Amino acid sequence: MSLYTLLGAFEIGLIFSLVALGVYISFRLLRFPDLTVDGSFPLGGAVAATLISSGSDPFLATIVATIAGAVAGLITGWLNIRLKIMDLLASILMMIALYSINLRIMGKPNVPLITEPTVFSVLQPDSISDYVLRPLLLVVVVLAAKFLLDWFFSTQTGLAMRATGSNARMARAQGVHTGLMVLGGMALSNALVGLAGALFAQTQGGADISMGVGTIVIGLAAVIVGESLLPSRRLYLATIAVVVGAIVYRFFIALALNSDFIGLQAQDLNLVTALLVTVALVVPKLRQHWSGRKGI
Amino acid sequence: MLRAQDLHITFNPGTPIETRALRGMSLDIPSGQFVTVIGSNGAGKSTFLNAVSGELRVDSGRIEIDGIDMTRQPVWERARHVARVFQDPMAGTCEDLTIEENMALAEMRGHKRGLGWAVKPALREEFRAQLATLGLGLENRLSDRIGLLSGGQRQAVSLLMAALRPSRLLLLDEHTAALDPRTADFVLQLTVRIVAEHKLTTMMVTHSMRQALDVGERTVMLHQGKVVLDVSGDERKGMTVKDLLAMFERVRGEQIDDDALLLG
Repeated sequence: MSLYTLLGAFEIGLIFSLVALGVYISFRLLRFPDLTVDGSFPLGGAVAATLISSGSDPFLATIVATIAGAVAGLITGWLNIRLKIMDLLASILMMIALYSINLRIMGKPNVPLITEPTVFSVLQPDSISDYVLRPLLLVVVVLAAKFLLDWFFSTQTGLAMRATGSNARMARAQGVHTGLMVLGGMALSNALVGLAGALFAQTQGGADISMGVGTIVIGLAAVIVGESLLPSRRLYLATIAVVVGAIVYRFFIALALNSDFIGLQAQDLNLVTALLVTVALVVPKLRQHWSGRKGI
Repeated sequence: MLRAQDLHITFNPGTPIETRALRGMSLDIPSGQFVTVIGSNGAGKSTFLNAVSGELRVDSGRIEIDGIDMTRQPVWERARHVARVFQDPMAGTCEDLTIEENMALAEMRGHKRGLGWAVKPALREEFRAQLATLGLGLENRLSDRIGLLSGGQRQAVSLLMAALRPSRLLLLDEHTAALDPRTADFVLQLTVRIVAEHKLTTMMVTHSMRQALDVGERTVMLHQGKVVLDVSGDERKGMTVKDLLAMFERVRGEQIDDDALLLG
């Protein structure tokens, strides 16, 4: 692997660590199996790319994309809380609705961003090459997101949100408006995913209607890989683990796809993902099994 | 203080498994009183408790706390006035959170939660002091996950949590039932102490007649979703489990007679 592919994998890994943080909030903290991300990731990309190509400021476009993601999450939460639709089903409904919405926003299956300014090109100094600058900027964004989440989840409201996912009945008995917490958590989660989609479109040269396929699996893969690498119940370690998981995961994908002797090609990506997730899910169980045997 | 008037709750109405859990249940508890509630399985004890806490909506009737109508308020709104300890030690605490985080949640019961730190150093010291009174060594385990604690320890912490905030009503739902006899006794003694210290108005549901007579100052017996026996003061003082059982049999007998009359 060349330095270029390595930095490319790092860059995509960083973007997907935002997705992974979002998935961590919904799946782990709220225990809400949320597939909306498959729609809110391209939603972020579609909104950002469409706004930028129509002349908007890329920073403004990115912020609007983030808000769009939050609204998508809010609607999924609302379907579940107010209309009492099962959580998984509510998110699937939102996901397929977003497919049409994304096509409407873009007006066509893809919006290229080749010559348009992006948040990266605007900040680009002459002295650094773009493929070095992008990962650097993304490190800043990801760390900011991680620390903001760490902070938020140790506030009174954040703690109430975690309690809602852990034991909703107890949370209510302690005066927590659990419905509101689910709505807020889903908005936060999908805002991160929308931001990731916006940044992805700006690093990959545009938004595409199919860019969201499998986002949830990649996000979950990152969470699971991170948790098996750095198992910890402490939140600030768990968020680090999730970020590391996303990056490690992308490295493995890049390695698998760039090693000629394995003979894998780009179209094998999803198969490799499925295999990696399976391995990451099975390894901790095997470890438990073995250590359990030793105990006897 | 608590005024429950003519509460009715029917589960699965209009189906073969229709259950009329509460049938005109009324109970007044004056401020500061410790009431124990007994009754056989299906008498409506838990249903009544859940109706007061707001987990179940009543079909008809009215629930007031200090003159405020609570009948339509959801659980999280009533939590301002009502503290609760569940039967299942797992239900009353968040096992994924630490001891101090659980206590911090309870500390904010009935208050608006903002973006301030949930656990501040001053608060931590207060929790430490509170936990020390339990004599279980938990004061040194503030940042341990509460899931690591035994059932008895968790119930003890739940009781502390219920008393962290002044509340008008404390609901105890067979909170010693899932514990071994020694731990149950410890938790019961702790309950009596905390209730006395904070002068809490308390309603304790129990299946143990012994317990029902030993603690508190008034005992209420439910049968078929209604209060059938209400003893307090001198009458209750000399009472033994045997007396209570005899009264229960008599009440049940009368009920059966009533039904027989109806059917006849």
